[in-house]
Amino acid sequence: MNEHEFREVVIRALTEVAPEIEPADVDPDVDLADQLDIDSMDFLRVVVAIHEQTGIEIPERDYPKLSTLASASAYLAEAQKRHAPVEP
Amino acid sequence: MPSLGADMESGTVLEWLVKPGDAVKRGDIVAVVDTSKAEIEVEIFENGVIGELLVGPGERVPVGTPLATVLAAGTNGAPVPTAVPPAPAPVAPVVVPPQVAPLPAHAPAAHRLRVSPLARRTAERLSVDLATVTGSGPHGAITRSDVEAVAAPVTAAAVTEAPPPVPHAAVTEAPPPAPPAAPADRQKAMRDAIAALMARSKREIPHYYLELQIDMTRAVEWLHEENVRRPLPERLLPSVLLLAAVARVVPDVPELNGYWIDGGFRPGSGVHLGVAISLRGGGLIAPALHDADRMSLDELMDGVRDLVQRARSGRLRGSEMSDPTITVTNLGERGVDLVHGVIYPPQVALVGFGAVRERPWAAEGMLGVRQVVCATLAADHRATDGHTGSRFLTLIDRRLQKPEEL
Repeated sequence: MNEHEFREVVIRALTEVAPEIEPADVDPDVDLADQLDIDSMDFLRVVVAIHEQTGIEIPERDYPKLSTLASASAYLAEAQKRHAPVEP
Repeated sequence: MPSLGADMESGTVLEWLVKPGDAVKRGDIVAVVDTSKAEIEVEIFENGVIGELLVGPGERVPVGTPLATVLAAGTNGAPVPTAVPPAPAPVAPVVVPPQVAPLPAHAPAAHRLRVSPLARRTAERLSVDLATVTGSGPHGAITRSDVEAVAAPVTAAAVTEAPPPVPHAAVTEAPPPAPPAAPADRQKAMRDAIAALMARSKREIPHYYLELQIDMTRAVEWLHEENVRRPLPERLLPSVLLLAAVARVVPDVPELNGYWIDGGFRPGSGVHLGVAISLRGGGLIAPALHDADRMSLDELMDGVRDLVQRARSGRLRGSEMSDPTITVTNLGERGVDLVHGVIYPPQVALVGFGAVRERPWAAEGMLGVRQVVCATLAADHRATDGHTGSRFLTLIDRRLQKPEEL
């Protein structure tokens, strides 16, 4: 999966948690919690959804690295390289 | 029409999940009602057979209006004197068991649409029948774009075509017509409901306020260690520790758990923790976690997750709306240090938590840096005095120093 595809994964996770989010409206460089009115419970559900779609382990200390769409996509692409590929 | 919260004056039936002749038992969900705040699943409080549906989908009626008649099981048409629901109490002290019975098999589950609130409002504005929309969202959820995609042809058709004849079973089986409320009206209705309730609270309740700084270092460290051990989907949030601490302490201070009604205090029939949940796009709702004092940390976490999810994009149940016995608000989530809460009448106490932050902290003659949260209590001075409230906050502090026992 490349960074662009991870971006789609994050968008999908976001819309699963908050169906009213319009993907086109998400600014990739602005904090997701701020622009989408997402609290820690929503955020945890987004992280779980990403984990379920990709199999990538995301330790709690790395949560801040997922704070924007761009940083989350980059983090996931990097995490995939670090670990053995988990995607079929 | 049940009272689904002290701020509700009327409600619109969105959908019936039963039809005349269906057998129902206590706890079954029989209808979906739209208050000004949310879509609420209405449970039935007795066993029997549905007689007649008195209020059709799309109809708005005042609280207290019978929605349907229920026949006692086994009889042949002798209506039980009480309709659905029984006469509305100022607050519904009737507690439906938390394990809500699953939907009866005959409920038209296939007609339960997954629709985001924004999409529903858009559909109302554009007069789109949601049953005609194909959802492209997760699990077939209907999004705003889906509604807009079909809006033009549908509105055009509505102008030129005569309305189709309504089939006999339409009342119980057809998807409901959306209530005729524009998004702006709905926002206003939500605002009005909150305004009325909060004004009543400040008018009637002589609040007293207490605050206590609580050292959360041990709790936060314990939580991190615990979460390292846990697979991602089972991790806990700090806010759940706070809720747990409150839930564990409430039975020790029963004077704060219940309602002030008709000039006297009525204790709650359990610890039903109201959880204040902000809605995206504005508004606030505080449904109950039933018997929270008896829930494990994991059960509390699952319960809050479920409530938040349903409050924001799904449906809450009538019993959750009507019977919180004490409410917790966690505004620290948004970064503020403390909250002086406004009590939800007829409850007598509201617990608030600010953000958990690093602070300079003096203890045992030393100055150090600790994780600290400010806990506040707003309580009804008619029901308790500051001494009781103080004891309550101190007990919460003590609990949070032993997170492993929560």
